[in-house]
Parts: sequence; C-alpha cells; structure tokens
Amino acid sequence: MSFETATSGIGRLDRLSYRDTAVHRLDPRAKVIATFLFAVAVVSFPRYEVLSLFPFFLFPILMAALADIPAGFIAKKVVAVSPFAVFVGIFNPLFDPLTVSIAPGVAVSAGWVSFASILVKFALTVSAALLLIATTSFPGICRGLRRLGLPALFVSQLLFLYRYLFVLMEETMRVVRARDMRSFGNRGAGVRVFVRIIGTLFLRTVERAERIYGAMLARGFRGDVPSMRRETFRPSDAFFVLGAGCFFSLCRFVPVPRLIGLLFRGGTG
Amino acid sequence: MSHHLLEFNDVRFRYPDGTEALKGVSFLITHGESVGIVGPNGAGKSTVLLHMNGHLLPTSGTVNVGEVPLRKETRSEIRRKVGVVFQNPDDQLFMPTVFDDVAFGPLNLGLPPDRVRERVHEALRQVNALALADKPPHHLSGGQKSAVAIATVIAMKPDILVMDEPAASLDPKSRRSVIGLLNSFTHSKIVASHDLDLILDVCARCLVIRDGQIVADGPASEILSNATLLAENNLELPLTLQGRPGREGARQ
Repeated sequence: MSFETATSGIGRLDRLSYRDTAVHRLDPRAKVIATFLFAVAVVSFPRYEVLSLFPFFLFPILMAALADIPAGFIAKKVVAVSPFAVFVGIFNPLFDPLTVSIAPGVAVSAGWVSFASILVKFALTVSAALLLIATTSFPGICRGLRRLGLPALFVSQLLFLYRYLFVLMEETMRVVRARDMRSFGNRGAGVRVFVRIIGTLFLRTVERAERIYGAMLARGFRGDVPSMRRETFRPSDAFFVLGAGCFFSLCRFVPVPRLIGLLFRGGTG
Repeated sequence: MSHHLLEFNDVRFRYPDGTEALKGVSFLITHGESVGIVGPNGAGKSTVLLHMNGHLLPTSGTVNVGEVPLRKETRSEIRRKVGVVFQNPDDQLFMPTVFDDVAFGPLNLGLPPDRVRERVHEALRQVNALALADKPPHHLSGGQKSAVAIATVIAMKPDILVMDEPAASLDPKSRRSVIGLLNSFTHSKIVASHDLDLILDVCARCLVIRDGQIVADGPASEILSNATLLAENNLELPLTLQGRPGREGARQ
C-alpha cells in the first residue's frame, strides 16, 4: 500500500463520521464507554480461547450495519494494520510446543491456538475502535473523553494530533515526491536520505508548532481548549451502554458457542 | 476615536541570533485607515506585524495601541484590539471544525455561549462561509481556508485588522473575493503583501520597508506608480498599472 492510499483511507474514515444515523447520534461518552467495555471483555479471555470470542463479532457487525458503514472498508483497514498483531503472535507456535486437540482426531500445537486467539482479539478490538471513530468522529471522542474527566492537556494533545496529522501527511507526501522525482533507481531512496527527511519534517513541525501557538495566543488562549457543544446523556444512551454491557458480560461469562452446539446436538440427537 | 490608533516609535528589534531586523521604525496609523506594507523579502515586514499584537516585543522604542503601550503585561489587552491573520491558514485553523475554530477566540474572551454563537454566525456570514461551519479545516479548499482564517479573527471584533499575505497562493477568483471581503471591512486595516495589485485595490496608504527601515510612506496610488522607487526595493509596477498591450513576444 502506498503512502497516498493510506492517507486517503484516513480521510474517508473521517468523512464517514459526518453521517446521521441512530448510532452517530448517540452521545460520544456512551460509545466510548461501550467500546472500552468491549475491549476489556475481549482482552480478558485466556490465551487459548478462540471459539468463545466469535459471538463478540456481533457488536462491530451490528454497529457497522446500523451506522451504514461499509464493512468491507473497515475490514480492509483491519487487514492493513494486522502486521502488528502478526508480529506479536508469530513466534507463539514455535515457543509453545504443547499440543491440543481442536477437533476429534486433529491435534495442533497450542501455539497456533494462542496465535489465532491473538488475531481474533486484534480484529475485534481494532474494528471496534475504527467503528468508534467512524461513528463518533475523532473530535467527538475527544469531547467525550474530556467530559468523562480526562485532563484538558491530554485531550488538547489528542485534538492537535488529529488536526495536524493531515497536514503532516501532506507535507511528508510533498517531500517524498520531491525526493522520488530526483532519485533515479535506488540512489537517493536509501536510509540515509530517509533519516534526513525525518529530520527536516521534525524541524518544520517544531516551527509550525511555534506559529500555531502564536495564532492561539493571538486569540486569547490560556490553557484550555474551549468547546461549546453540550451533548446531553439521554435515556437512549444509557440504554445503549446497558444493553452493550449486558451483551458483553453474557458473551464473556456464558460459553455461548458451546450452548449453541449443545442445543444443536440436543435437537438432532 | 483615539483608541484605534497604532503607533510605532523608533522601534528596533534584534532577533536572539543577532540579526537586526528593525532599525528604527516609526509610523502612525489612525482610525479607519487602510495601510499596505510592501518591501523585498527579508525586509522586516513580518517582524513589524509580529510587534503589532505583542508576539514580539521591541528591543528598544515603543509600540502604542490606542493609549496602551505594548509591554509584557498589556499583551493580552492588545491582542483584543489587534487581530492578526497569519499567512498560512493551516497555522491559523487548529480546531477540529470551522465552527469551533471561529468560536475559539470569542470563548477565550469569556463571552456567554449564545453571544459566541451569534459572533460565529456573523463572522462566517461576512466571509460567505456559513455553509462550512461543520466541516473540518483539512477538507476545505485554499480559498475557503483563507476566508475562514479571516473569520476567526473578525469574530473577536478587533479594532485593527492585520493581515500577512491574505491572498497568497489563491486562485484569481478566490483572491478577488478576498479583496472584496477586505474592502467590506470598516476596521483599520494593515496588509503586508507582495501582491501590489491587491494593495492598490484595498489600501489608501502604503509603507515601503527595506532593510528594517521605512523608506517611503504615502498614498498607495503615488507610491505604487513610482517605478524607480519600486525597482529600488525589488518590486515592480502593479500589473494593472503596467498597461502592456504591445507584448508582441507573448502574443505570437
């Protein structure tokens, strides 16, 4: 994936958050809390658990469907960042030589099972996080976090990160283009040049930060980024958090797949 | 209305690295005046602008805005009176949405929310950008960014509006609408630019700065038609005054 397609993906994620659906209208705090509970529930499963995780997919799928977010787009983004998870788990099959049987007659190394578990947990949490952004917008999440009591300094850092991510990406793109235009073959594309580019970008960023701070002072900045939006936490938001919480605890503490299996076997046998 | 005066008295400024950027700049801008500041690159235009709202403090000499002398303690008061629109709108627009950005100044002035909302609508209407209120700045075009950057400053209702290259890198139509916008303001205006046609269209008076000093000060129509003076300062006649129907080379 090239740099330019990666950035257009983030822009699209951003645009999706302008939609107006029942999910988009929920209070940011409700969605932040629900996503947090979701992540905690998913991550809290033991390392060899795979099957019990699957019911959790219902949450991102439902969110995407209700919010009218193209599932394929989210899936593609998850795949794009999956190398991180793959690297985390890739050595499990080597270091965990225990064997377990996953089906009658089929035995694999326990490492493969924990590797699969890592991948599933990763897919679940990342897709939920992406959906949170796509349905709430990044600034919305920041407002939610601020109102949930996160310190102002931390929240304004996040806001600036988001705002200037796009500017920095554009700048990087321009520098990279300028390099590519004058580097023929592999000359000029090496690590040394790359390091210098990073250095240049860093210096430019520092200068830009100074100018931005100047512009903020010129408009009376005194430490807290003010916001006018006052979302109210409505009964529907409470209902959403409660419903999501119940669903997550059900999936966490009741072995749903096994129950379904039992039901199925009971029905046929 | 003496409180709209802006006065520089023998202002000198030396950057920490030793560069002497201003070597005794003096001028007086009165209420409602529109003043262009022109000069070659590195002449000190931006340094002058940065003194106007106390971003820099003079090494020696004084700056007065109305009756208030510029000092460290009076800076925030002066920033209420003098609104500066910086050159790069990406530096000026730092909030997640246009609305939030325009509201930033008024909220910091401590206005109640409904007054803030009024101010934001008024300012955005004035620059024809009301429809952009909910957009994030990074999805705007260059012309829209410039318009919104101006709105962020006029929403604070400054007495004096200061702009650094307000129309740089805009397409001709956007540039034209920025000029129309500037002409619709009754504030005192100070515009630094290399776009001499813009200065000619917007400003009645013009200062020429070279090497940290004011080398000319007078009616814009006179200064900007003085080809010798302009040439001495790395400038040239505004295109509208060049009257060049006979550019055979270009025509063929």
